[in-house]
Amino acid sequence: MPFLNIVNHPNSSHRNPAQNLYELLSSMRFAISLLTVLAIASIIGTVLKQNEPYPNYIMQFGQFWFQTFEMLGLYDVYHSSWFLTILAFLILSTSLCIYRNTPLMLREMRSFREHATENSLRAFSHQAEYTTSLPADTLTHRLGKYLLGQGFRAKLGAPGESGDILIAAKSGSYHRIGYLLTHTAIVVICLGGLIDGNIPLKAQQLLGWKKIETRDIPEREVSAASRLSPANLSFRGGVTIPEGAGADVIFINIADGYLVQDLPFDIMLKKFRVEHYPTGQPKSFESDITLIDKATKESVSRTISVNHPLVYKGIAIYQASFGDGGTRLSMKGWNLFSPTDQPFDMKGAVKQDTKLSNGGATYTVEFTEFRKFNIENFAGEDGGTSAMDNLNKFFQTGSTKRAQKDLRNVGPSFQYKIRDAQGQAREYFNYMLPIQFEDRWYLLSGMRMAPNEPFRYIRFPLDRQSNIDGFMRLRAVLLDKQTHPEIARHFAEFALQGEKTDPALRAKLVDSTIRILDVFASGGYEAMAKLIEKSVPAAEQDKVAQTYLKILESSTLSAWRIAQSRIGQPVVMDEITQGFVRDSLNSVSDLFSYGAPVYLQLAEFDEVMASGLQLTRSPGKNIVYGGSALLVLGVFFMFYIRERRVWLLVQPRLGTVLFATSTNRKTMDFEQEFNRHKTHLIVLLKE
Amino acid sequence: MELTEKTLDYNARTSLLKSLSWFDWLYALVLAGGSIYAFQLYGNYMDAYEKGILFLAAAGMIWQGWFWKPFRVLLLAVAILSLFGISQYHGQLARAEQTFFLKFFFGSQTAIMWMSALFVLATASYWFALLTRSGFTARVSSAITWSAVVMGLVGLMTRWYESYLISPDVGHIPISNLYEVFILFSILTAMMYLYYELRYQNRQLGAFVLLVISAAVGFLLWYTFDRQAHEIQPLVPALQSYWMKIHVPANFIGYGAFALAAMVGVAYLLASKGILTTRLPAPELLDDLMYKSIAIGFALFTIATILGAMWAAEAWGGYWSWDPKETWALIVWLNYAAWLHLRLVKGLRGPLLAWWAVIGLFVTVFAFLGVNMFLSGLHSYGTL
Repeated sequence: MPFLNIVNHPNSSHRNPAQNLYELLSSMRFAISLLTVLAIASIIGTVLKQNEPYPNYIMQFGQFWFQTFEMLGLYDVYHSSWFLTILAFLILSTSLCIYRNTPLMLREMRSFREHATENSLRAFSHQAEYTTSLPADTLTHRLGKYLLGQGFRAKLGAPGESGDILIAAKSGSYHRIGYLLTHTAIVVICLGGLIDGNIPLKAQQLLGWKKIETRDIPEREVSAASRLSPANLSFRGGVTIPEGAGADVIFINIADGYLVQDLPFDIMLKKFRVEHYPTGQPKSFESDITLIDKATKESVSRTISVNHPLVYKGIAIYQASFGDGGTRLSMKGWNLFSPTDQPFDMKGAVKQDTKLSNGGATYTVEFTEFRKFNIENFAGEDGGTSAMDNLNKFFQTGSTKRAQKDLRNVGPSFQYKIRDAQGQAREYFNYMLPIQFEDRWYLLSGMRMAPNEPFRYIRFPLDRQSNIDGFMRLRAVLLDKQTHPEIARHFAEFALQGEKTDPALRAKLVDSTIRILDVFASGGYEAMAKLIEKSVPAAEQDKVAQTYLKILESSTLSAWRIAQSRIGQPVVMDEITQGFVRDSLNSVSDLFSYGAPVYLQLAEFDEVMASGLQLTRSPGKNIVYGGSALLVLGVFFMFYIRERRVWLLVQPRLGTVLFATSTNRKTMDFEQEFNRHKTHLIVLLKE
Repeated sequence: MELTEKTLDYNARTSLLKSLSWFDWLYALVLAGGSIYAFQLYGNYMDAYEKGILFLAAAGMIWQGWFWKPFRVLLLAVAILSLFGISQYHGQLARAEQTFFLKFFFGSQTAIMWMSALFVLATASYWFALLTRSGFTARVSSAITWSAVVMGLVGLMTRWYESYLISPDVGHIPISNLYEVFILFSILTAMMYLYYELRYQNRQLGAFVLLVISAAVGFLLWYTFDRQAHEIQPLVPALQSYWMKIHVPANFIGYGAFALAAMVGVAYLLASKGILTTRLPAPELLDDLMYKSIAIGFALFTIATILGAMWAAEAWGGYWSWDPKETWALIVWLNYAAWLHLRLVKGLRGPLLAWWAVIGLFVTVFAFLGVNMFLSGLHSYGTL
């Protein structure tokens, strides 16, 4: 990036190609183009999410574009070869520019340009001439004093042939140091960055020495070709360690796979803690870790937290994320479609699978997540219907909350997938504790078919003892076709109480009740609606539906009495019971779209957290910082030290003084200074 | 022969120290005393970096006041009003809504509303002055802008205090989210404008610069009333660091300076098209101001980006992660680096650079707001 006052080389048409290339690479035009290209190239990586798992990209772009983009290196733009080439050109261009201009700069800095001729001074844009009758000695003394007083360094020339004396002065020469500092800084920063970049790794991959592991296999089975030795100069990777466990490797994610970096020490995680503010936002994430040096057996125990890493032998260990480390769960499993109303016990742990058989079918239950707290907003809307955002996101983001809030902690929850023999899975999100809606309490279970869908919740109503058992008993009776005649008889007796009725009519009522219960037990409200649509003329559908619903509700009440009498409990007929029965009916109907034969109710848990640590070794860091310091210094030198030159040609023979001044950056300050000198000189040159 | 001071011992320059008045010294004394007092009160709660920041900030503000005289009065006014405001709380947050002075003047929310209203008023007033060529109105506009800056700073100070009233662990400097930095942006941009207003003895540009501040105020009001963003939120773990105290202000001096340059660029372009030409300053002045403001912006933005990298190294484990915010900061930096090369090395002047400065503002706004709205990444502290 040469300066303006560099004179064009003559005979430019006769230069050889190498010289032409040198001219181009060190030219200002080229540098500006590079800055622009670099800026535009950088945008790509901000628009397209970088380093996502490859399947995400395939889903987003489809196979064709996925491959095209992969070829262009768009999933990791900043480490792609073309991006690094641009950077290399920037370093080259800047270096050449420094090489080309430094000698000139240094010469300029030292020189007073005391050999300027009268003619050249007269060609300056900023010049003035004065007549004076003072003797030459007085003049040079006075003018010299003035210039020094104004902060110039000055040089007094010897009288020339005609007796002319030139005083050449300059100020702000360090301005040019600024140029050197800033441009050197850019090169230094880029080189420091490259040391910490992945170029050596890329080279090793190209040479086939290192191979990215793409399989999901246990760490110790990863082959040597996919491992990096502890001597590796620079790396950045992560590892997740459950409480009470340890690790001596980290994983470096590259493209669609990873490499294993062996560490010179073992890291043990004793405890991971999350603290919260009263509003539920996380306040701190802390890990108690112990390092044990493999070579010296030295051990270091420390608590690390966000913004407070531990640096051990050049390797920095950061608190990066957290997760579940295999929380142990005890559950009650409720069979939803069997006549039994007793739960079975089930154990599991997060990130582990458990087999489950039901009837002839076997299922795999994959426990994916456990959360100790769920802060839900109950204001205005029907809370609980939206899944909570992952607490993990608070690691990096703050949140701006909406106006209406009624934040409540609704307690623990856990998440699991139930996969059938065909591999089809549905995902469930169950709260451990009941949640209140409009004075009534429910246990909530959310279901979704795909990860990008919201959970749809089924609400299991609680009985008077605040248990789910009542609902399960009622459900067992209601879905058991064997008991439908009993329910129907009970209902008919109740409905026709005290009335003398035709036994045929009574039998008819019992029959239709059985039919309604059967239909409901085969598919809920939806099955009833289908039946009505099929068998009833359109005009009467509404009326029939009303009647059926009435019968269904009343007979469910009978079912409830039967269920309660089986365990010797009386039924109090009141609002509460009616509400419970109506809720139960709705829930039973919803079971048909629940998609799983069981509901897992969390009974107990033993939380085990895991801490996500990031480890880096970056020898280039201090180089980059050094370069940054140079950059800042240089920028201030360039902006705030103004280089000015002044010449005063004393011509005793003519009784005149010629004043000329120049700068390499013409600003208004310079104009003002020029005018100031002019007025000062008028005064100085008077008798 | 090179002339030396020995041969000619005569010095026409007056050194800074000799030019200081008694008020300058009093100002310095108050600041030094204030920082020592604060240190004695709260030193136990500060880490070494925070102690350093306290004393360096005091030293920096002494220098700033000596260099730019009106700053002394501004600082003292803000200090007196803030301390008065804080004295009215009696340690109870609820009093912000009850006490007369807090409810109507110095409670943080009220003071920020005053700032907003005054900035909008000043914009209208500057435009009136520009169109009617009224020197008196222009002086009034300056006074209003100064008042807005005072109220904004008082608002931030009391907000800082209020955050500690919520709970000592919630308390933090109010530059932690989009709402707070928008206030900071308005104040800093206005202060830089006021500095140049005095320096160039020219009040016509206020009409333009205050437009961008009013836009920021508009956003602030929407953000307050639609999103309730004014509520003080506790700091997420990543932001709990002394780095925030230096990284964020440095960044916003940069953003403010770029915004100022862009608005001067708009004035330049209008004047060059013959619109308002006779009312606006000479193109040379506009050009010079545009350069100076981009220069200071670039210098501070460079520092801010480096500080950001150092903070990132401590919080995220890498000084550069190509996070969208970092990358856009680099793009902004490259953009103005190119601008400065054209201007300084090529000696380019005129509408092209003015256009570039205006477009630069859009790039800057995207880096500062757009990234948070459209792109995800580590930096999403201020989502809309």
